[in-house]
Amino acid sequence: MSNTLPLLEVRNLRVEFPTRRGILTALDDVSFDIHPGEVLGVVGESGAGKSMTGAAIIGLLEPPGRIAGGSISLGGRRIDNLPAKEMRTVRGREIGAIFQDPLTTLNPLYTVGRQLVETMTTHLPLNPAEARRKAVEWLELVGIPAAAQRIDSYPHEFSGGMRQRVVIALALCAEPKLIVADEPTTALDVSIQAQVIALLKRLAREKGTAMMLVTHDMGVIAETADRVAVMYAGRIAEIGAVRQVVKHPAHPYTIGLMGSIPPISHRMPRLLQIEGAMPRLSSIPRGCAYNPRCPRVFDRCRQDRPDLLDAGDTRAACWLYDGADKDAAHAAAESGYTEVRRG
Amino acid sequence: MADDLMLRTEDVARHFDVSRPLIQRMIAREGRRTLRAVDGVSFDIPKGTTLSLVGESGCGKSTVARLVVGLYAPTRGRVVFDGRDLAEARSDAAQRRRMQMIFQDPYASLNPRWRVRDIIAEPIRAFGLTRSNAETVERVGQLLTQVGLAPADGQKFPHEFSGGQRQRISIARALSSNPEFLVCDEPTSALDVSVQAQILNLMKDLQARLGLTYLFISHNLAVVRQVSDRVGVMYLGRIVELAPAETLFTTPRHPYTRALMEAIPDLDMTGRQRIPVGGEVPSPITPPSGCPFHPRCALANDRCKAELPPMLPARGTPAAKVACHAVEEGRDGGPQAAVRVAERGGMLAAS
Repeated sequence: MSNTLPLLEVRNLRVEFPTRRGILTALDDVSFDIHPGEVLGVVGESGAGKSMTGAAIIGLLEPPGRIAGGSISLGGRRIDNLPAKEMRTVRGREIGAIFQDPLTTLNPLYTVGRQLVETMTTHLPLNPAEARRKAVEWLELVGIPAAAQRIDSYPHEFSGGMRQRVVIALALCAEPKLIVADEPTTALDVSIQAQVIALLKRLAREKGTAMMLVTHDMGVIAETADRVAVMYAGRIAEIGAVRQVVKHPAHPYTIGLMGSIPPISHRMPRLLQIEGAMPRLSSIPRGCAYNPRCPRVFDRCRQDRPDLLDAGDTRAACWLYDGADKDAAHAAAESGYTEVRRG
Repeated sequence: MADDLMLRTEDVARHFDVSRPLIQRMIAREGRRTLRAVDGVSFDIPKGTTLSLVGESGCGKSTVARLVVGLYAPTRGRVVFDGRDLAEARSDAAQRRRMQMIFQDPYASLNPRWRVRDIIAEPIRAFGLTRSNAETVERVGQLLTQVGLAPADGQKFPHEFSGGQRQRISIARALSSNPEFLVCDEPTSALDVSVQAQILNLMKDLQARLGLTYLFISHNLAVVRQVSDRVGVMYLGRIVELAPAETLFTTPRHPYTRALMEAIPDLDMTGRQRIPVGGEVPSPITPPSGCPFHPRCALANDRCKAELPPMLPARGTPAAKVACHAVEEGRDGGPQAAVRVAERGGMLAAS
């Protein structure tokens, strides 16, 4: 995949929120690519900046938040500095968005058919009759039973899982190249979640759509994503192929995060726990943001901020990997915790 | 035996009247509508152990939690708390202080206008557990230390704490009346995963140290596996499978339990093909006839559509009680099939 040109290029993205008490930096120096047809998972705890990254890409940062540095390019064209009107055509036509709560995404006053038709006639060269025919096709594709009848139903007439299917149809119907999905399954029950994940995966593959999947659920990432970026306090702590990050995490934070997920396969006497909590944006420590919680902290971590370094199979923002021997660094990072998730 | 039971529920049900107003009912010529949130649930919790109830939204698990602490009165059946009927026990302050509840959302369950020390001291004062103010202050300090906070944190207001710390405050408040039985309704669902690990470890430590009995409500099977001695799986207001935790996870018998296990995302990346269960949870206002799971069940036959299955010890794994005709008749493939499901769901430790 890496021999094709990236579809989305995010470079040194910085998002700031001016407040009365000074400027808060919500995202700092975030860089990553998404290639055509690839699913990039973005994972992290609340406040890590994962949703903020998605919002910056689709141009829907809540004011007074603003992009203060870096660039976002889609298919070689910069989209971070487009006027709002132009951005609106990019959003929908080239980037589709799926949010956590399907009820707030859908207009409660319009039938789902009207919303689908409107989206398609706005972005595609279709007349209303063709668009309506396609709308039924889309509803069938996302697994709405009796789509031809249900097309004239209002959002409240659907259940939660069915509504999220409608939202997926709505995000995909203009055939965008990139989908930004922010916690698309978090509001759903596990059995419905499994259905929706399977659907998203299948459609992205069939249509060759790239996807940025933002979630706090490592299980969803492991099932769906090709690559994953782990975020912490507004920066990427580790990025790499999903199998490597899940099975052999390099950054001490990722190791701690993976270890604190309760395993389904056996009962543990105690779960691994990371002491403390993620810092607030107003008090991000100097050096590596993870240093106050890191069991392997040393002097340099408190002074200098690490960039993403080669950590063998992945890239990690950790000074342990600032040497040639990546295996020794791995062992050192893992030795910080008493209980490490079995490989 | 009865002396060792902290709590027992006998065929407890809670129905809610969700009818429209009388005039509208008359115009539409419709009758009353009843939502059967909980419809006949029986279980025991021995002292010092943890029973978990697991299920999807709307299955009635939170309603059971509220019934058990007396926030709702049962429509039918009864709750017995340490040998006494709950209604009777709750009228007695000395009994009431023995049970406490921890709620899901630590942002909603703490009064934002009160200092933490007053939040924690309220049960102590209400039950008159200390003789002097100085003693109360000392006890609050102890409780804060016990949950991993500092006594000085008592001066602060809830908004000065993170979600995990707030949940620690909720636990300190719950512990302040020296309870023996804690009902925990999704205590970690609102928390990040690293904080969830802290709270689960804390709850385990407290159980070991204070000999607490827990009723633990959760939708997360992995969390349930970590904390439970016994597990009840709920579907549409009923328990469909009740078994010791290890039995449930290694040989899940009820088709719904199996469906839940199939649905869990695979963190171990074995590349297994999941078979998601089709359909959705039906409305508890108009539940299906017979077994409530039959419209989604691959093993359903005519009997399942007509007849509600009773809870019976499962063939082959008698430690588990299962409400399923297919299991009773041996149509489910027996414990061997159950082990295969557990294997595919990643429930068996790769050893």
